[in-house]
Amino acid sequence: MSYLEYNVQSTPTGPRKILYLNWPLALLLCTVACVGFLQLYSVAGGSLYPWAEPQMKRFALGLTAMMMVAMVPIWFWRNMSVVAYLLSVILLIGVELMGIEGKGAQRWIDLGVIRLQPSELMKITLIMLLAAYYDWLPARRTSHPFWVLVPVMIILFPTYLVLRQPDLGTSILLLAAGGGMMFLAGVHWAYFAAVIASGVGLVSAVFESRGTDWQLIKDYQFRRIDTFLDPASDPLGAGYHITQSKIALGSGGWTGRGFMQGTQSRLNFLPEKHTDFIFTTLAEEFGFIGGISLLALYVLIIVFCIHTALATRDRYSSLITLGVAITFFLFFSVNMSMVMGLAPVVGVPLPMVSYGGSAMLVLMVAFGLVQSAHIHRPRGRRR
Amino acid sequence: MKKPNSKDQASSYRKLTRRALVVGGLQLGFAGLLGLRMRYMQVEQADQFRLLAEENRINIRLIAPSRGELFDRNGVPLARNAPSYRVVVVREDAGDVDEVINHLGQLIRLDPGETEQALAEIKRSAPFLPVTLADRVSWEDVSRVAVNAPALPGISPEVGLTRVYPHGPDLAHVIGYVGPVSDYDLQKIEDPEPVLRIPRFQIGKVGLEARQEELLRGKAGAKRVEVNATGRVMRELDRREGQPGADLQLTVDIGLQSYVQARLGDESAAAVVIDCENGDLRAIVSSPSFDPNLFVRGISVADYRSLTEDKHRPLANKSVQGAYPPGSTFKMVTALAALEAGVISNNDTVWCPGYLEVSGRRFHCWKHGGHGHVDLINSLKQSCDVYYYDVAMQVGIDKISDMAKTLGIGVRHELPMSAVARGLAPNRAWKQENYNKTWLIGDTANAAIGQGYVLASPLQLAVMTARIATGRSVTPRLVKSIDGIEQPSGAGEPMGINENHLRQVRKGMFAVSNDRRGTGYRSRIAEDTMQMAGKSGTSQVRNITKAERAAGVISNNDLPWERRDHALFVGFAPADRPKYAVAVVVEHGGGGSSAAAPILRDVLLQALYDGTPPLEAYPSSDRERIREQQEKLQQERIDRENQRKTSDRA
Repeated sequence: MSYLEYNVQSTPTGPRKILYLNWPLALLLCTVACVGFLQLYSVAGGSLYPWAEPQMKRFALGLTAMMMVAMVPIWFWRNMSVVAYLLSVILLIGVELMGIEGKGAQRWIDLGVIRLQPSELMKITLIMLLAAYYDWLPARRTSHPFWVLVPVMIILFPTYLVLRQPDLGTSILLLAAGGGMMFLAGVHWAYFAAVIASGVGLVSAVFESRGTDWQLIKDYQFRRIDTFLDPASDPLGAGYHITQSKIALGSGGWTGRGFMQGTQSRLNFLPEKHTDFIFTTLAEEFGFIGGISLLALYVLIIVFCIHTALATRDRYSSLITLGVAITFFLFFSVNMSMVMGLAPVVGVPLPMVSYGGSAMLVLMVAFGLVQSAHIHRPRGRRR
Repeated sequence: MKKPNSKDQASSYRKLTRRALVVGGLQLGFAGLLGLRMRYMQVEQADQFRLLAEENRINIRLIAPSRGELFDRNGVPLARNAPSYRVVVVREDAGDVDEVINHLGQLIRLDPGETEQALAEIKRSAPFLPVTLADRVSWEDVSRVAVNAPALPGISPEVGLTRVYPHGPDLAHVIGYVGPVSDYDLQKIEDPEPVLRIPRFQIGKVGLEARQEELLRGKAGAKRVEVNATGRVMRELDRREGQPGADLQLTVDIGLQSYVQARLGDESAAAVVIDCENGDLRAIVSSPSFDPNLFVRGISVADYRSLTEDKHRPLANKSVQGAYPPGSTFKMVTALAALEAGVISNNDTVWCPGYLEVSGRRFHCWKHGGHGHVDLINSLKQSCDVYYYDVAMQVGIDKISDMAKTLGIGVRHELPMSAVARGLAPNRAWKQENYNKTWLIGDTANAAIGQGYVLASPLQLAVMTARIATGRSVTPRLVKSIDGIEQPSGAGEPMGINENHLRQVRKGMFAVSNDRRGTGYRSRIAEDTMQMAGKSGTSQVRNITKAERAAGVISNNDLPWERRDHALFVGFAPADRPKYAVAVVVEHGGGGSSAAAPILRDVLLQALYDGTPPLEAYPSSDRERIREQQEKLQQERIDRENQRKTSDRA
């Protein structure tokens, strides 16, 4: 279905579009963001600085960006997909060439006004391109080996660039989100079985490579894997993060220690308490009730996205919405698994809650696409 | 390229829906898993994690108790805890540590060695921990650092408590000193209190500080603090105050003590002043002395060597540690033993030809020509040796030894000072036990005049004098009160010695000082109400050979210092109602009546008048000399005072 076939007259125009926004989704996002402000206020020891207030400003910026993206018809974004993807790839290469060192990894590119993380941008542009690709590709060719190879290349190239930075977390996210898109588009399940099988082979190869000249990943990544597998082996060294995180989270109990009473987080036992480990502080202060509530909010966001995706007849809209849902899901599930000791510490923020501009802005833009798809969904008589 | 048909479209839409539901289902499933994990950790394992969290954040820190202070009998502080300033640096605030220290070095004097140590410590310790750059910084330097604070990031002055002995050397031997706990100290103590492991914690090393350590130290308090992951203290949760050490009031009168110290001057000497009424030790002086503050600070090798190599042994507390042959001051013991045994009475006389033949060996009297007929009083007055040889033969050593012990010689007086000497009152059994030899009659002759095996410390001699003066077994007391609680008096019970016999001996002692022919007559007290009674003693530290005696005994002045006789003198005053008893020993001082007696008289007068006595108290012939001496001592004290003030400032 091409955008020319939309019943353009039946889609809302002008400021009326705001009325057709997916309001429950927008409200859920705002709620989650507020949880983030609260937690950032708490980990700063009851202060808006240095995190809560900048985060609020960024959220306001993100909200504006979401609205702007939502106002623009979805077919425009579909046509922009290739450009957006290429731009992201160029930025990634730019990071490689001129990025500044940050935390032992080249991740940032300084644009003067903000420090941009092209890998964050990549997460959404990859989904856009894949959605556009499968919208364009006739369904019967979906499982053809050549037409499978093309999206695989589309996924692997930026993944490789991100891995080189090195940013393991984002690479995994890109890979998983890309794979998810391919699965949604209807690629034959046998491919996935094959990939999983070879993935197991690759993991063993990575472990095999340890200590040899052709070592595939960096030492610190190896150590993170080691301590994931056995955090108790080095409680004050590499396993410290996971151990401390589990202690803080577990000590929250049913109802938690109360707002601003999280001793572990406020006393700096927790690393990165305002970014990757913010969920731990929340779970410590608000307990199981608080943690499960945030999880429920996230699940609701996913549910609304899937509902939006299934409600539209436009293939691109469906795919992009589901892709955003997958990315969002990957964000919070990897982060939560990480802080609960179910996954290695790979540096994935908790979406909409963790302190950080790039990630939030990109997510809000992504939800802008979802909103745009919702507003500009085909209406009227089905043909 | 594509011509989509609606059938194709519908099937792809169905497939998308199916797959979306599969993915959505997987997502929900995983979210459920996360929820379960959360429940497992926060509900099932909550207690375990909570325990771990408490261990994480709570630390127990000790609060060092403040050490008990020492005061003299009038409340003058003898050992205080004074604030001491040090300059510390906190690495994380300093930025460029080297540059900041360099800058500091331009403002105050930094010891290069200490700086090097500090730099090494800075590298080792956590960035937020203060590291000491300079200790015992003067107030001027502290203000200089404070004024320049903006240019010295991370540098700050800190205040702590340190022990200060305001009277320095005057009481060094009694009080001793404190110092930081050493590994050696820790080894000696079984199950050391944790407070001892506080860095820079000071404990008593010598003297009263060491002997009363338990009392003075107090009990450590503790505070529970919340710490963060790096050990930085975030806040205090609660605090249990420690118990400060007990304040001790000593019986010592610091005014008198300082006077005696000054009066002994550079002599290697000791003097003890005891209150006859209650046993209070008013002054316990050993000379020369040293500055205990040097030890608290950490004494330099050069200073320490000069103290240990000094012939006059400044570190030794001669007044209680030193055991000397008491010489003729022991004659009262022999006399009392004989009187009590009934072998003599006061009118019995002995013929003194200048020597006594005892089992073939000739024992000489100090007076070559002899004293002729001598009775008890004369024997004391002129210190006739032959009289005592004679009566000792009759009474026997065991009774003399018992009498010595009754009077406090050869028994240890329990005092909180280091190495209190026991002295020695020998008897037959003792010699058999220690030398595996039988007691010889000659040994008795020697013991009778306080030579041979007999040993007594100046403290014991003072106690003996007080007991003779009062007839009660006066026991010395150094600590007057502990935290305001008065300690038992040392007045003592009557010794059970016939008062008539004591009176005879006192009469003899009175004659020593007040009879024209008495050995101490030149150093008498002229004031009628305060007349003293005393006894001189000169104890040989060498044997005088027959040949030497024939050639004429070499005068002490012609001998090298360490071979001269010890000069002793004991005495009490006023003679009719004794208040103070004093013993003075001047090592290698020569004759007791010439070297020790004047000191003792001056000390007694100083004690009786509670300050500088009027010249009228002295015999008129001495007054001019005494006036000069008083002026000289006064000047010395002023000089020392000034010197201390300047050294305090430095």
